[in-house]
Amino acid sequence: MVKHITTPLTYEKVKDLKCGDNVMISGVIYTSRDAAHKRLVEAHERGEELPYDVKDTIVYYVGPAPAQPGQVIGSAGPTTSYRMDAYSPTMIRLGQRGMLGKGKRSPEVIAAMKEVGAVYFGAIGGAGALLSKCIKKAEVIAYDDLGAEALRRLEVENLPAFVIIDSEGNNLYEIGRKEYLEFANK
Amino acid sequence: MREINAQDITAVVKKLCMEANYFLPEDIQDKICKACDAEPWPLAQSILGVIKENYEISLDNAVPICQDTGMACVFLDIGQEVHVNGNIADAVNEGVRQGYVEGCLRKSVVKDPLDRVNTKDNTPAMIYYNIVPGDTFDIMVAPKGFGSENMSQIKMLKPSDGLQGVKDFVIKCVEDAGPNPCPPIVVGVGIGGTFDKAAYLAKKALMRSTDERNANPFYADLEKELLEKINALGLGPQGVGGLTTALCVNIETLPTHIAGLPVAVNINCHVTRHKHASL
Ligand code: SF4
Repeated sequence: MVKHITTPLTYEKVKDLKCGDNVMISGVIYTSRDAAHKRLVEAHERGEELPYDVKDTIVYYVGPAPAQPGQVIGSAGPTTSYRMDAYSPTMIRLGQRGMLGKGKRSPEVIAAMKEVGAVYFGAIGGAGALLSKCIKKAEVIAYDDLGAEALRRLEVENLPAFVIIDSEGNNLYEIGRKEYLEFANK
Repeated sequence: MREINAQDITAVVKKLCMEANYFLPEDIQDKICKACDAEPWPLAQSILGVIKENYEISLDNAVPICQDTGMACVFLDIGQEVHVNGNIADAVNEGVRQGYVEGCLRKSVVKDPLDRVNTKDNTPAMIYYNIVPGDTFDIMVAPKGFGSENMSQIKMLKPSDGLQGVKDFVIKCVEDAGPNPCPPIVVGVGIGGTFDKAAYLAKKALMRSTDERNANPFYADLEKELLEKINALGLGPQGVGGLTTALCVNIETLPTHIAGLPVAVNINCHVTRHKHASL
């Protein structure tokens, strides 16, 4: 069964999401990678206002390829999330409710997710051509000088993903593997 | 002496950068299809199905398979009877520049590893020069994504660690990488040589077709054994559990020193790209 979720991603919606759920994400989401995260967190530490209100938002860890003529955006699959681990606890505590990427997260990120009620989604790494088709509108809203790493506002429709880590800290990378191995070694 | 013009190198590199990023090699396509048919775990199978659908979209529309269109690794096998009119490195970099700009490929290179300012045209390429007999000029362009590059490792084992030490290290690298390098992965292993040559061999191993085993039967068997062991780990596509963790293991070796046993593991994702042309 697929769960359809529409942003803003509220606390109530997050509580309903469980590790292993298949989801389709629609609505407005924001992109940032390493360099943009660094700037966001540094801006926050200086007491400055962030380029967008992060409350109940989903961040997509992506640096898209440039759009070809007629495209909204070029290929746009997830980048590896652990590089944002240093910044995520701050962003989560600022209200960022969902993260969309691929790969492992640190215990500190998971602790912040459990504390605040946030969720970590995985999109299929390397499926950038397919995922870009779910993006209906894309606009750079900050850090334009970073090129592919600029902060973008995206409007997405039915972007396919999985719940990798839910707000209780259940982790599909551990549970999914364990269940498969039990099945395979039966 | 055969004469080659630098402009011809530029034109070929440009074309290879674009084609490598749009069109997944047939052997990899074939491995993904077979893995999809053989995958017993439903979630894993559905992921492999999406991965297949994704490269089909790229084939049909000439768009990048993955947004990380890589750092351009360019392997040149240059016949010693060839004379190039012009600067080879400049010609290669101009090809990368044109290919990445005109081909709408992502510019993922920073000029300095600590200062980190983007060069905005994906140059410079990483160029590997190899001088060979004859008058051929072969170019292989391999855009290398860093999700998988970052999961690569090298270790200077002791000779007493032997075969078991090599196997354990390869498995450890895959285990450590987990879901990060976009499994199913292709594993390049370099054994022997020096510290740097082992790493080069591991990268070179990723250039070999996944249909071709090492010419030495001992290493061909080791490739098969390691693939089986990796796929018994249960990591699966994207690390969410399943049979298909790796599509292939390729090993390359070199003689080494009496005191050493260098082993390097270069991990590549399911978007293992390379495209070759001869001038
Ligand atoms: S590891 Fe490969 S498939 Fe994954 S994002 Fe990087 S280039 Fe793409």
